[in-house]
Amino acid sequence: MGYSGWKVIWQGLTGNTGWKPAWREPDPKPSYDVIIVGAGGHGLAAAYYLAKEFGITNVAVIEKGWLGSGNIGRNTTIIRSNYLLPGNEPFYEFSMKLWEGLEQDFNYNAMVSQRGILNLCHSDPQRDAFNRRGNSMRLAGADAVLLDADGVREMCPFLDFDNARFPIKGGILQPRGGTVRHDAVAWGYARGADSQGVDIIQNCEVTGFVMESGVCMGVETNRGTIRAKKVGVAVAGSSGRVMAKAGMRLPIESHVLQAFVTEGLKPVLPGVITFGAGHFYVSQSDKGGLVFGGDIDGYNTYAQRGNLPVVEDVCEGGMAIMPMIGRTRLLRSWGGIMDMSMDGSPFIDKTHIDGLYFNGGWCYGGFKATPASGFCFAHLLAKDEPHPTATKYRLDRFRRGAMIDEKGVGAQPNLH
Amino acid sequence: MIINHPHLGPRDAQEFVYLGDASLMDRPDWQDENAADNFHDYLYLRDNPDGEHRELWYHEQGDRSWLVVTRNTLTHEITRVELARDVAIAMRRRK
Repeated sequence: MGYSGWKVIWQGLTGNTGWKPAWREPDPKPSYDVIIVGAGGHGLAAAYYLAKEFGITNVAVIEKGWLGSGNIGRNTTIIRSNYLLPGNEPFYEFSMKLWEGLEQDFNYNAMVSQRGILNLCHSDPQRDAFNRRGNSMRLAGADAVLLDADGVREMCPFLDFDNARFPIKGGILQPRGGTVRHDAVAWGYARGADSQGVDIIQNCEVTGFVMESGVCMGVETNRGTIRAKKVGVAVAGSSGRVMAKAGMRLPIESHVLQAFVTEGLKPVLPGVITFGAGHFYVSQSDKGGLVFGGDIDGYNTYAQRGNLPVVEDVCEGGMAIMPMIGRTRLLRSWGGIMDMSMDGSPFIDKTHIDGLYFNGGWCYGGFKATPASGFCFAHLLAKDEPHPTATKYRLDRFRRGAMIDEKGVGAQPNLH
Repeated sequence: MIINHPHLGPRDAQEFVYLGDASLMDRPDWQDENAADNFHDYLYLRDNPDGEHRELWYHEQGDRSWLVVTRNTLTHEITRVELARDVAIAMRRRK
């Protein structure tokens, strides 16, 4: 059933009785061509593109909880492609282009809103670094505009420009960045995949992998064994404990990132704003709440909640650039578990076990990558070779000295 | 989180800096014939368990001691705190 404005009006006039469930709830079949573990954004997107772009529809997506119960529903909804390094930027720009056509592609309103993302700079060297980053973005086909202080003042007059410690000297603006309704991304991909025959099996936990003479032939679950020619794992946040069932140790630690939302306000923020001297990023949801976040807590954890020192630190970052935020009340805060990798960049790769593929290590930048991550993972599963934009996301890159370390802090996951 | 420091008693975790898995204390032998592989695993791979986790915390805002904290990564409950120095000495004795 296609969705359209006419349909909404017609259903509104006829008592909304004609809507059908957006996806089926099938029982698992004994075997599939491809099993994807994890019905989050990346897993569902991978299943969707497997069916749509690569013609593989005998696919199951299995999920421990309910569809979209992980980080796809816990993030701060920001999309952007403002990376520096050649291993990253083409991939994220590919993702941005997929976001731009996403809603028409899967016929679902994901509320993609390209309201712009502004990274503030607070010193001359930082402006030089932003200049370089902007050029790198433009080389990869993305958009970037370098603003001086007056340019920023025109967009956001409410910022604390003459802060004694961190005066605002300018910023780099990516007008095509913005926000997306995060849950709708999961729902749209789920509906799109389901309508092409993909089975989405919820409440089905993977308890082990079926290994036959060193080849992965499927998964053991609490609903029985499901066999497959290929198994792709896309469970960022839980990658460590899931891949441990296949005997693998990963270049990943699990950490908690907290996010916050205030009470609803009239429109005050034109787009996404990030602080360049601390770690703070904020946007305003369509309901009016200011949605913001900052650093991870910094210790290994699988608990989806953080501690108070980081709450204080994030709010201090907000006060430093935007003192008016002190007048609003914090409504909710929550935590999500991040795969923090050793260089701050993700993995989309085959493992050393035949038939087992891995997608993870997204740190706290996985949401913006959802479409490209799904597309590239589907490409890898279908063709056994990486998509041209994801050739650097290899599991063995540390061994080869080919890290993609945007921040340049080395193998210390809580600093990325 | 409150870390019960062996010398200083209960201290807020905010005073500490977190390094990571306590296995980082156990550097591989650089003269071993597989040293390159061993250092790769030591530097870049982690067990990353759910449940009990032994990890290194540095008391930067205090007495600057290194601690080995045994903490549950599902509940944040801390069950044991030792001086890293004591753990290292015990480790050397076992070798």
